[in-house]
Amino acid sequence: MDAGKGRKTSTMANPTTIERKSDRELVVTRTFNGPARIVFDAWTKPDLIRRWWTPKSMGITFLACEADVRTGGGYRFVFGYQGSEMAFFGKYLEVIPGSRLVWTNEEGGEGGNVTTVTFEDKGGETLVLVHELYPSKEVLDEAMSTGAIGWSSEQFDQLDGLLTT
Amino acid sequence: MVQYSQTRFDVSFAALSDATRRGVLEQLGRADASITELAEKFHLSLTGMKKHVVVLEQASLVTTEKVGRVRTCKLGPRRLEEEAAWLETYRRLWDARFNELDNVIEELKQKETDNGGKNGRRKRS
Repeated sequence: MDAGKGRKTSTMANPTTIERKSDRELVVTRTFNGPARIVFDAWTKPDLIRRWWTPKSMGITFLACEADVRTGGGYRFVFGYQGSEMAFFGKYLEVIPGSRLVWTNEEGGEGGNVTTVTFEDKGGETLVLVHELYPSKEVLDEAMSTGAIGWSSEQFDQLDGLLTT
Repeated sequence: MVQYSQTRFDVSFAALSDATRRGVLEQLGRADASITELAEKFHLSLTGMKKHVVVLEQASLVTTEKVGRVRTCKLGPRRLEEEAAWLETYRRLWDARFNELDNVIEELKQKETDNGGKNGRRKRS
């Protein structure tokens, strides 16, 4: 009866969890079936990042991916979506190979969230924790409310414009 | 049922497509407030603010309660549902990313194995 127990089905993906840890923090966790050294590579080498950062199902194309992954270095990701371009950029505040990455998100101006990713090697598997720290409760609340139905403040403003003309 | 959700979505959408009403929601996210306080904050007449609150109430984004002569507004159940929905949407984005990342990791592992193991380590048999 117990045959096969304790054996993982390799086709089943590991679960991704999310939690609003506090007024200003969101935490996403996921375990990967590979050593931290390899997982870290996939997060820091531009050729590898562009293969998974924008999942195919989102209909977004990766136009440019520059990442100077060292403390003080910068990154710039440019995506194409339905004929328009979006750029995401910031700098790396901390880089510890195989264990920790911290970067800023500056595309929204000053006071963006800071992302910390930790890689914990668990003997062949790696627990990845993505921690997003927002400057204030208001900024996170705002991000959560406008994104609720997939519309940003900016898009609503454009709609306001359309409705009043 | 589809009809019902569609209608609810439309009501929500109409309620949110106004800058003042979005401002009111943001304000109520910080603290409950009376209609008078909201009217003052947004430089509107009491009647003007009441109209906005009614629209938000119809969309269940806000609930109000009258105590004595003061009507207090707070975030409604729909608003809280939206926060949960946003978290789920965000989780799914990461989940989709990570499923692709699994493939990249598998490939890198395979490459190392093919190269005879970078560290010269061999699997115990």
